[in-house]
Amino acid sequence: MIPVECYFALSALLFFIGVYGFTTRRNLIAMLISVELVLNAVDINFAAINRLLYPNGMEGMFMTLFVIGVAAAESAVAIAIIINVYRKFKSDSVEAIQNMKR
Amino acid sequence: MFSYTIFIMLLPLLSFIVLGLAGMKMQHKVAGLIGTCSLGLVTILSYLTAFQYFGMDRVDGVYQTFVPYNFTWLPLGNLHFDLGILLDPISVMMLIVISTVSLMVHIYSFGYMHGEKGFQRYYAFLSLFTMSMLGLVLATNIFQMYMFWELVGVSSYLLIGFYYPLKPAIAASKKAFIVTRFADMFFLVGILTFGYFVDSFSFSFAGDIVMGQGTTPFIEANLTKAVAAGGFIIPTALVLMFIGGAGKSAMFPLHIWLPDAMEGPTPVSALIHAATMVVAGVFQIARMFPLWIEYAPQAMSIVVWVGVFTAFYAAAVACAQSDIKRVLAFSTISQIAFMMVALGVSLPGHHGAVLDNHAQLGYMAGMFHLFTHAMFKACLFLGAGCIIHAVHSNEMALMGGLRKYMPITHITFLISCLAIAGIPFFSGFSSKEEIITACMEYSPVVGWIMTGIAAMTAFYMFRLYYGIFWGTENKEAHAHHTPHEAPLTMTIPLIVLCVITVGVGVYTTIGGFAGWGGSFGSYVSAAGTDYTIHFNTQIAATSTVIAILSICLATYIYKGEQQPIADRLYATFPKLHRAAYKRFYQDEIWQYVTHRIIFRLVCTPIAWFDRHVVDGTFNFLAWGANEGGESIRSWQSGDVRQYAVWFITGSVALTLILLCI
Amino acid sequence: MGNTVMFIILAVFIIASALMCVTTTKIMRAATFMLFVLFGVAGIYFLLDYTFLGAAQISVYAGGVTMIYVFAIQLVSKRTLQGLEERVKSSKMITGALAALAGLVVVGLILLKTGFYTQEIAGVEVPMKEIGTALVGSGKYQYVLPFEFISVFLLACIIGGLVVARKEDKA
Repeated sequence: MIPVECYFALSALLFFIGVYGFTTRRNLIAMLISVELVLNAVDINFAAINRLLYPNGMEGMFMTLFVIGVAAAESAVAIAIIINVYRKFKSDSVEAIQNMKR
Repeated sequence: MFSYTIFIMLLPLLSFIVLGLAGMKMQHKVAGLIGTCSLGLVTILSYLTAFQYFGMDRVDGVYQTFVPYNFTWLPLGNLHFDLGILLDPISVMMLIVISTVSLMVHIYSFGYMHGEKGFQRYYAFLSLFTMSMLGLVLATNIFQMYMFWELVGVSSYLLIGFYYPLKPAIAASKKAFIVTRFADMFFLVGILTFGYFVDSFSFSFAGDIVMGQGTTPFIEANLTKAVAAGGFIIPTALVLMFIGGAGKSAMFPLHIWLPDAMEGPTPVSALIHAATMVVAGVFQIARMFPLWIEYAPQAMSIVVWVGVFTAFYAAAVACAQSDIKRVLAFSTISQIAFMMVALGVSLPGHHGAVLDNHAQLGYMAGMFHLFTHAMFKACLFLGAGCIIHAVHSNEMALMGGLRKYMPITHITFLISCLAIAGIPFFSGFSSKEEIITACMEYSPVVGWIMTGIAAMTAFYMFRLYYGIFWGTENKEAHAHHTPHEAPLTMTIPLIVLCVITVGVGVYTTIGGFAGWGGSFGSYVSAAGTDYTIHFNTQIAATSTVIAILSICLATYIYKGEQQPIADRLYATFPKLHRAAYKRFYQDEIWQYVTHRIIFRLVCTPIAWFDRHVVDGTFNFLAWGANEGGESIRSWQSGDVRQYAVWFITGSVALTLILLCI
Repeated sequence: MGNTVMFIILAVFIIASALMCVTTTKIMRAATFMLFVLFGVAGIYFLLDYTFLGAAQISVYAGGVTMIYVFAIQLVSKRTLQGLEERVKSSKMITGALAALAGLVVVGLILLKTGFYTQEIAGVEVPMKEIGTALVGSGKYQYVLPFEFISVFLLACIIGGLVVARKEDKA
């Protein structure tokens, strides 16, 4: 029997690894990858809370499902923006868009 | 019926706009013709107005007041600012004066300003001035009058500073503007005081008391209420307005701008600073006259004594000036003071709406003098312009003996001098006669003082005349540049104005002695009734004799090639001469008061307070905001990752706070 | 017991992959490690008996989203792919690590402070039929509205992505 705290600890670790990645990476795509890690950490929490604390409900599971959907949409749009940025600035580094204008 | 009068104001405005916007692209001649033609039309319309107006039947023995246009421009409850046209005897009379002199000046300027740079600008400003002056006299209410009053001030400023590359012109225009503005401040306060208590700016009170028709119960009631609120209110407002008028009309001690205003082109001096704008103060008193006699008879003595002193002071200064335009300027001040005195001595002694003969006389005489003075003084100034045109200097020392070279100018100048000196059969005689008669009735002291000043007038005018046309010819100055008669465009206005002077003079002199009707008093009088001018033979004879005597004195002193008496007088009273030459140090006193006392004791501390305390406060605020902004500027770096760090830090901090709670 | 071992293996695998993902300098490798993390998380779902969720995770995330990333990397990060490595500033690294550690500590504190009651569950899967009913049902605890929202949202994102990434006309 695995206590729920273990899931929480795993999720917290994953979350902050993602945060660390987001704050350190310069490449826009790498930053996006870190965001995916963060989202997955949240998903784990939802699933674990649902399963281990409120096993009779299904809210957590559905929330996870929707987060997966939203994450897919988000990465599609973000990638589109990144490609556009790359076309405009000839760079995929986050410093290129620091001034928000050309 | 008088609906065409709107064009009297619109035409000059139109020509100002056209010349002002497109003038620089035009040839000089075209621009001048546009200005002159529009003014010619205005003149025709003015004469038509006068013909129709004075040709109409009187109602109950008085001319009616017409208001062809009056629209509310800015309503504020009961109080409203109107714009409109008011026709009554004095405004119609002013129409004639302004349009005539202005037309003459327009024609004259063709010759005088020939080839000047900015010719078109000059005509544009002339049109602006004419429009403003016409608006001033046609105003239906005191506020409209004030607006146009300021507009004439502006055009006067622009025209004095016409030769703007020259330093004195700039200084003079500024001085004129600031001094008159200073006076106008009082005028505005007076207007507001009046408007506050009486709840109206309208001139329709004029209908109540003097014109004897169409009473306006509203204003009547409000006037009564204002008197009930405090007897001093209306006199105070009127005196404040008079201060404004004194500024415009160059009454002592606000006269200092007028002599300097002579820096402008001479035709401008003739139009603005002799004939029209400077009499705006007189016109204002005449306009408010019903209120003066009804509500502030005691305060009128202020007008009288300011006028008497100014007349004397200016005449004394004029005797010592060497610049011919300055002499004429001081003579103008003195003559306007005559008009002021004439209005001031129109004491009431009336009951209800009926004015007695006496009050009629002063008012009529003041207006009459305004009319005649405008004509002959314009002629004098235009003549002076011809002389300056020929000699290229204002200094009397460079003139002398010019009668041989400039016959037409000489004759017209002489006629105008005779008119201003008060010789019978010239227009100045009739009006001055009436003024002195009115003064004598008011108080013999004032009467005799005015007679003395009239004698001084004759003296300094003939000193000027002999200095220019007789005396020693300055061969040196004339050697390389022989003076010549002015071109036709310049002499024709002189002749026209002279003809008016002589014509009016002969008619009124004979009419005055014979007691004819149909003279000036029939048209313009305080009550609007038919007032027959009848000279007091005794006074007429006295003043004529005195005038002739002082002309003889001037002839004796100044006519000859050598002037031993004049030289001896200078030698005997050097200080007096010097003081008079320096205008009794009036400018220096003003300079001292403004610079030394007001600037040093009031303005400097205020400026210090403003610079250090007020500015300091705001500078400190600005500095604080700037520093704060600088210090937190890096937060807004555009670096998303940094934002993320801040975000995390913030959430962590918030969570910690919640944990601790 | 088997569950515990499985959990430990998965946890170690996830954490290790995640760490590699954020520390590697090659972008393609980062994407690959992300794929591993996603698989690991799918494993966690299986462990929790959420097989449908695990399947969705693998198909949508590991299959779809990762593909988008790979394409984007191929399109964009040519230099990085050609061996140029991404340099990370040490100062950035320190601030990032500090922020992450602080957050971790705070979350740990919360975990320690809060007691959770873990229910013993039999290894019962949520039946697929129930999931389907809940997903498209409109009753209580049923999710047709969010489901529809998500579908519209995905559509909007497809169009938005097309519009944003479309090559601009040279006119």
